[in-house]
Amino acid sequence: MIEAFELCKTYDDFLAVESVSLNVPAGTVLALLGPNGAGKTTTVRMLTSILAPTSGWARVAGYDVTRQPEQVRAHVGVLTEQHGLYERMRALEYLDFFGRVYGLDSNERKRRALSLMERFGLEDALTKRLGEFSKGMKQKLALTRAMLHNPPVLLLDEPTSAMDPQSARLVRDAVIELQRDSRAFLITTHNLAEAQELAHQIAIIRHGHIIAAGSFETLAQRIDGDPLMELRIVGEMNGLANDVADLIKVEDSGKDWLRYRVHEPKVINPALIKRVTELGLQVLTLAPMSRTLEEVYLQIIHEDETKEAMNGDHR
Amino acid sequence: MATIAEPLNGAGAPESSWRRTLSNALLITEREVRDSFRDWRIIAPLIILTFMFPFLAQFVAGQFTDYVADYGAEIIGERTIPFLLMIVGFFPISISLVIALETFVGEKERRSLEPLLSTPLTNTELYIGKMLAAMIPPLLSSYGGMLVYLGSLIFGGLEWRPPAALVIQIITLTTVQALVMVAGAVVVSSQTTSTRAANLLASFIVIPVAMLIQGESAIMFLAPDAEAPSGISALWAIIVGMMIVVILLLRVGNSIFNREELLGRTIDQVNFRRTFQTIWHQVLAVDEQGTRARNLSEWYRRGIPLSVRRLRSAILVTVFVFLVAISAGYVLGQMPDWQLHLPSNLPLGNVSTEMGTAAQFFFGERPAIFAIVVQNWRILAAASILAVFSFGVGALLLTPAVYVLLGYLFSQLILAGYSPFPFFLAVLTHGVVEIPVIVLATACALRLGAIVTRLPKGMTLGQAWTQALGDAIKLWLGVLLPGLFVAAFIEAFITPLVVRIAFGG
Repeated sequence: MIEAFELCKTYDDFLAVESVSLNVPAGTVLALLGPNGAGKTTTVRMLTSILAPTSGWARVAGYDVTRQPEQVRAHVGVLTEQHGLYERMRALEYLDFFGRVYGLDSNERKRRALSLMERFGLEDALTKRLGEFSKGMKQKLALTRAMLHNPPVLLLDEPTSAMDPQSARLVRDAVIELQRDSRAFLITTHNLAEAQELAHQIAIIRHGHIIAAGSFETLAQRIDGDPLMELRIVGEMNGLANDVADLIKVEDSGKDWLRYRVHEPKVINPALIKRVTELGLQVLTLAPMSRTLEEVYLQIIHEDETKEAMNGDHR
Repeated sequence: MATIAEPLNGAGAPESSWRRTLSNALLITEREVRDSFRDWRIIAPLIILTFMFPFLAQFVAGQFTDYVADYGAEIIGERTIPFLLMIVGFFPISISLVIALETFVGEKERRSLEPLLSTPLTNTELYIGKMLAAMIPPLLSSYGGMLVYLGSLIFGGLEWRPPAALVIQIITLTTVQALVMVAGAVVVSSQTTSTRAANLLASFIVIPVAMLIQGESAIMFLAPDAEAPSGISALWAIIVGMMIVVILLLRVGNSIFNREELLGRTIDQVNFRRTFQTIWHQVLAVDEQGTRARNLSEWYRRGIPLSVRRLRSAILVTVFVFLVAISAGYVLGQMPDWQLHLPSNLPLGNVSTEMGTAAQFFFGERPAIFAIVVQNWRILAAASILAVFSFGVGALLLTPAVYVLLGYLFSQLILAGYSPFPFFLAVLTHGVVEIPVIVLATACALRLGAIVTRLPKGMTLGQAWTQALGDAIKLWLGVLLPGLFVAAFIEAFITPLVVRIAFGG
């Protein structure tokens, strides 16, 4: 649904995006993460055929972003960084205008607008002027506009910013529902918990480069190496670390717990439990220490900054 | 909970057709006009200017007519009446400037432009839609105001009845003025990032239009054909001229109106150093990628031909215009009213001695190469400057004028029965170098002015103009200035010898 290969965008001598390659199949969500000014919006604008790539190519919903810009935009729903509503218009009137721009017939426009507004809890604001909307309502209406023409690809910039937790939940549920219905999503967000919940793939962009890409698990493994496990027992350790030293290398331990990395958990973990039991101790829990996407993200950015400093690279 | 997942169909794939383009453009227009009519800051002045100002104008016209009639100057009073009709029409269209400036830069400031740019609408549809949106309310108000004014004239106390042709002229003038202002404002608006900057730049539109209105007023008062049933001929000429400006501005607008320009432009910072570096980079470039010449030889071998290649269309147009100019001069010379009727027995044997006197007349006591170069350079520099501010038209008016003169003189010599051969020699001896130099310099000027009307694919306005300027500087340094010196040397020392020999001197 979204394919990009070596996309580059330069403004005179400023390199905004360099060699960005992405692949977002139907039914999946890609979260594009990165610091402010990293090139996320430029990438989205290239995928929307608003900006022409300086080099590289991209196909969105089967259309070439350079050669078929109108077709691309007809098949993409875009939530821009700023919702940019016409504040003197009323909600239904606003959606009707965009529906006409997208070529929907009168009945379809009305049906889709009402259905989406109901879904996002805006049914009481149909005839309200947009200038009177709260920030969250504006964001939801902008999202409604993006979904109005039932596009197969959605590019959403900060979809839940300014929303209360309940509204944000509604939006995330909508994304999940649509993704299951074979839509492809590209979401840029600073809300890493949201990205972790929604995204099948994550790409981290910095200074216009994709510095890491893959599933959350892949990225976490890249940072941490082998998964970190935590074993908790009933009672005290009493030198357990030494007794299992031939099986695992303990990284950290406390009164009733120890942590270790394991390359082959399916082999090592059962052997460890057996050993502990043989030593007369009772296992309370054995679980992987889960990292958050935020930790992984910060670590990856930190590594890139360090690498950049070492190379004296001032991109 | 309502479901939002439906079978995928997307929006209808857009098919390109004029009907579709117009229909989509009108969608934008409809929305924006409706929005304008919701803004009291726009609607209040339009209502006042439509329904109140015409009565004031009619009152002023009545008072003024009565006043000047007391002194026996009825004609001044009568000519004030159509002038006020023009003013009644002009005031509302001045609002179109505000709306047009608002169309892009205002939307950009309110951040509502990007959602619109993300739709399947084409650049042309957006451009036409916004143009119409900026024009329709003020023009309606303008026509309404003029109608109210004319109605008050016809049904009021004044006996003066407007000649139909003059009314048509004023309505047409009002419409083309609105078009010029809106087309210009859209160009300004799409190139700036803030309403403040757009308003400042709008003075480049307001001042010429205000001057034009003054000129039109003077014409209405002074034109000898003010009462002619076909209208005032000078006003028809202005209308035609304005229509040409409209076409050029529309071309510029459509050319520079693209999503990239509208969204990519985020700062209006002046950076002379950087601008100079960019231009110099173009001067030194030897290929399309901007690779710098490693030495003078490479610059001449690759850099100069690169710039000449980019001038190909401009050179063709220039050559064509020069040929037309020579032919026009020749044809003009054939017309009885324009013939000089030269005597057929001029003492051409004296030419060799007279040439020295002529040279002194043009270039001073000692005809120097430098003086000839300065003379040619002055004309070409003036043409270049004029071209920049006239979409290239200036370049095609100034330099070809010399060729009109040459064609004319040639025709007079032929008519008087002289052999054209010495004339050819006098022109072509140094012309072999000078004419190509002038063609190239004119083509450079033409491109500098005209490039904004048709940007090369994938280039922004700034990039295209910087490249054109870089190419012009490169050719001036590498070809044109040296060429002017060589031509001047030939003109100063070889042409006189050749002409003397031709006349048997």
